[in-house]
Amino acid sequence: MSGVSNVKPLKGDPAPGMVEKKGSSLWLTHVLMLIGIFFVFFPIWLAFVASTVTQEAIVTPPMPLMPGDHFFENYKRALFSGVNIPVTTMLINSLIMALGIAFGKIVISLLSAFAIVYFRFPGKSLFFWIIFITLMLPVEVRIVPTYEVVAGFGMLNSYSGLIFPLIASATATFLFRQFFMTIPDELAEAARVDGARPMRFFIDIVVPMSRTNIAALFVILFIYGWNQYLWPLLITTEPDMNTIVMGIKQMFPSGDDTADWPVIMATSILAMIPPVIVVVSMQKLFISGLVDSEK
Amino acid sequence: MEKRVTFNGWLLPFCLIFPQILISAVFFFYPAGQAVWQSLFIPDPFGLSTQFVGLENFEYLLSDKFYRASFATTALFSTLVTVVSMVPALFLAVLADRLIKGASTYRTLLIWPYAVAPAIAGVLWLFMFNTRVGVVSWYLGQLGYDWNHVLNETEAMGLVVVSSAWGRISYNFLFFFAALQAVPRSVIEAAAIDGARFWRRFFTIVLPLLSPTTFFLLVVNIVYAFFETFGVIHTITAGGPQQATTILVYKVFKDGFVGQDLGSSAAQSVILLVVVGTLTVLQFKFVEKKVHY
Repeated sequence: MSGVSNVKPLKGDPAPGMVEKKGSSLWLTHVLMLIGIFFVFFPIWLAFVASTVTQEAIVTPPMPLMPGDHFFENYKRALFSGVNIPVTTMLINSLIMALGIAFGKIVISLLSAFAIVYFRFPGKSLFFWIIFITLMLPVEVRIVPTYEVVAGFGMLNSYSGLIFPLIASATATFLFRQFFMTIPDELAEAARVDGARPMRFFIDIVVPMSRTNIAALFVILFIYGWNQYLWPLLITTEPDMNTIVMGIKQMFPSGDDTADWPVIMATSILAMIPPVIVVVSMQKLFISGLVDSEK
Repeated sequence: MEKRVTFNGWLLPFCLIFPQILISAVFFFYPAGQAVWQSLFIPDPFGLSTQFVGLENFEYLLSDKFYRASFATTALFSTLVTVVSMVPALFLAVLADRLIKGASTYRTLLIWPYAVAPAIAGVLWLFMFNTRVGVVSWYLGQLGYDWNHVLNETEAMGLVVVSSAWGRISYNFLFFFAALQAVPRSVIEAAAIDGARFWRRFFTIVLPLLSPTTFFLLVVNIVYAFFETFGVIHTITAGGPQQATTILVYKVFKDGFVGQDLGSSAAQSVILLVVVGTLTVLQFKFVEKKVHY
């Protein structure tokens, strides 16, 4: 007792277990952090402010830096009339596209990863490579021919045209395969001894065991789908099929006219709310999923 | 790697794998093959027939001064985006790592921009720097600086770089923060006892330990700058002024859809394909190395 408590830490010594987490340097760290966050947040704040004031307040610079009192008016105008098309329609389109991509990719990837890991069949390694080569190429690279294929199927201005070309990638398959390899062999053995058929094993054991991975992937794929820009820009020529992320650009007037800034900024805020909610509310899952999937 | 226990039969696994193979074939292999095929032809001016020209499209592209300029623009753009998104992210991660209280609150605030689509980020930054109503450009004007990214090539490049890097700061922050948390405290403390001050510890111990993460992020951010920044460029500058911000992906789009020059656009796709392929191999090589290490 006496031996330990009598030793006073020297001034400037690191506290036990931590190095230099104290006093003025800690205070400085918080200040720098807040400055960093201010800069990162400022564009979003400004968009929010612009969505709550009148057009006059914006076009006579400098615009105010604190929110005004036209919040409901601007958002109502954006949601129910918009510029070309009500934002509600674009939000629904985006939601269908993002959910379609997330569900579609997860389902086909679960099935094919299960086939690759739990079966031996002729041509397996060929299929394996066919799938994994697709890891490499984003849709941006093969944009013109993919557009021609979709146009050839008559899938322009349709949800299937928006969704299917974007689920042709192997990232999710790759992840599920990695995860299935870690499921103990004893489980499959026990299932076989009990006479369970493969699909029963898949539905009762494999899918429930993968639910964390499924949820993490869902977050990543939802954001991926929601934030698509180039593909919807090409595929949706009719305004009522526009997604919100690509539709914002269409809200800018082509000539020298002044853009309807309050409505455009309200739309920007509306466009970022769903992915932000998904990311922030499922933060833990999302971070572990991100770090696993990309490493 | 193979499972010891597998199920029998070939029909079921074939059915299970079929949807993915079908989608990959229709929307991936066929279009990619088409791109390679089309890159060897030139359509006549009326689009009625095409003529086989071998590698002429490529020869023409590589001697085209606009295409070469676009290559240089892309190199500059992706380097800048990578640096501008990684350095502040590392700085913020180091700060967050020093804090015990509040680190998770800061993290929650900092991941917001990750969820914002590049195209939306473009609109937000365009709004701040708009030559007529932008707040930042107005205050710059008050300070005597006449901001005009519509005419000034350097300013246009600066604006698309910052807008593209902005959302990536969150992403890089998450990876750096996770890596910093994994640095063994004992090593840091040993160095502290030996009298190494913070910055010395950072450059001689922490930074080398972060090198796998840094290398990974380098590759990922370059790939991002190459392909996913289309939305930013399209909303802010549309490749202008002149060709100052026409990166390769934007040029594929412009030549293929606006200019309708299919042979050239296909050849550009093939070149991009080689670029991504190389980057991916680089990334996998690195991942493999890390597994052994």
